[in-house]
Amino acid sequence: MTLADAFTPGTFLDALRFIPHNTGLLLSKTGDQVELSFAALGIALVLALPLGLWLGHRHRGLTLALGVSTLGRALPSVVLIAFGITVLGVGFWNNTVALVVLAVPPILTNAYFAVDGVDRDVVEAARGMGLSETQILFRIELPLGVALVVAGIRIAAVFVIATATIAAIAGGGGLGDVIVNQPTYGLAGVLAAALCVAALAFLAALALGLVHKAVMRRQAPRT
Amino acid sequence: MILASGPVIPDFGSGSSCEVSNGWFCTEWITGHWGDTLQPALLQHVELSAVAVAVGFVIASALAVAGFRKRWVDAPVGSFADFLYTIPSLALFELLVPLTGLTETTVEIALVSYTLLILYRNMVEGLRSVPDEVLESARGMGLTRLQTFVRVELPLAAPAVLAGLRITTVSTISIATVAAFVIPKGLGYPIFTAIQQNLFKTEILVAGGLAVALALAADAALVLVARLAVPWSRAR
Repeated sequence: MTLADAFTPGTFLDALRFIPHNTGLLLSKTGDQVELSFAALGIALVLALPLGLWLGHRHRGLTLALGVSTLGRALPSVVLIAFGITVLGVGFWNNTVALVVLAVPPILTNAYFAVDGVDRDVVEAARGMGLSETQILFRIELPLGVALVVAGIRIAAVFVIATATIAAIAGGGGLGDVIVNQPTYGLAGVLAAALCVAALAFLAALALGLVHKAVMRRQAPRT
Repeated sequence: MILASGPVIPDFGSGSSCEVSNGWFCTEWITGHWGDTLQPALLQHVELSAVAVAVGFVIASALAVAGFRKRWVDAPVGSFADFLYTIPSLALFELLVPLTGLTETTVEIALVSYTLLILYRNMVEGLRSVPDEVLESARGMGLTRLQTFVRVELPLAAPAVLAGLRITTVSTISIATVAAFVIPKGLGYPIFTAIQQNLFKTEILVAGGLAVALALAADAALVLVARLAVPWSRAR
């Protein structure tokens, strides 16, 4: 393991120098990663959000919500991607499917518990006032549970970005490509890409945190 | 990186007909390689995860007691744990490599970092959820602050702590597969070998299956522990 000797704290400085010298490369890789992540998160939202909200509204499928959440946590991203390569081959679809599978559980479970946990008296009152079920879901339950829903999307976004990096072993094309390709990009490149990945995940989390705050602020005067 | 450094020995054609045709479940391969590949990987995986959860639990406990007692500790610790949780696993492993090398320490630091957020949050929430009336009665019964903590607050916080422990254990076992990027250990390693060499389906399926089974078994075991040790917790 002679490689280990090559690593010193000084490598960080090289990594910081790598960034301005290879901005084009890093930006294009970041672009690939953002594209893959957005596609996966979008598909997962379309699949999981309506289902979670509806199940929560009907107070049904507790076992499903809990099971999906445990299974989602237990399924390692590496396993999903490796398994995907053998079935779907290397490329965009394998990675998208793996990312969607990982993004669905937190979105579904949080949406379920967000709506399921809304005070039943409030819902009954709304029903008494003549609101339809759809109105109850969108005007009462969703606004009251939105914090948890956004928290679920945030977790999913962080998962997706983390896994999109690992997807490089299956030709993912994102920043992970640089990370697993030390012979080509050198240690400095690996570290620079890792920094970009961390920054990307942090920005995504920050953005969703701001969305959460904005939603809460808009709600505050009404309550 | 390690992956590229090892000798690549293609083993097509050297095994049974199932192995030659790259079957999904070659029992001969599984029994033949249980001793030299699968079992060691499984044991290493258990060790990597157990150490991480244990160390994370100790650190989170200390932080949670501090955060529970002093509000000004809570916000920064919570934000920092949240920040660590946000860093993608592969990136965190690589960023630690210049400091701690391609070692188990690197892997453990990263794994421990991921345990902190949920353990800490659940511990603090659990301690805070103890009703004021209960604390009043404890004080009325003449319990000291320490006695109240040990006999009242801790038992009442236990269900939340155990729930956090379950989540953390399952995700740590899952993330530990990524360790194979840094060290040739754990159940991620046979999967990596398969991807690098010949995409041998049985190896991917069995090692992956073991990782998922290990996580689910650990989860079930902790549910059992919760039922026995804290019968007042309604483990879901």
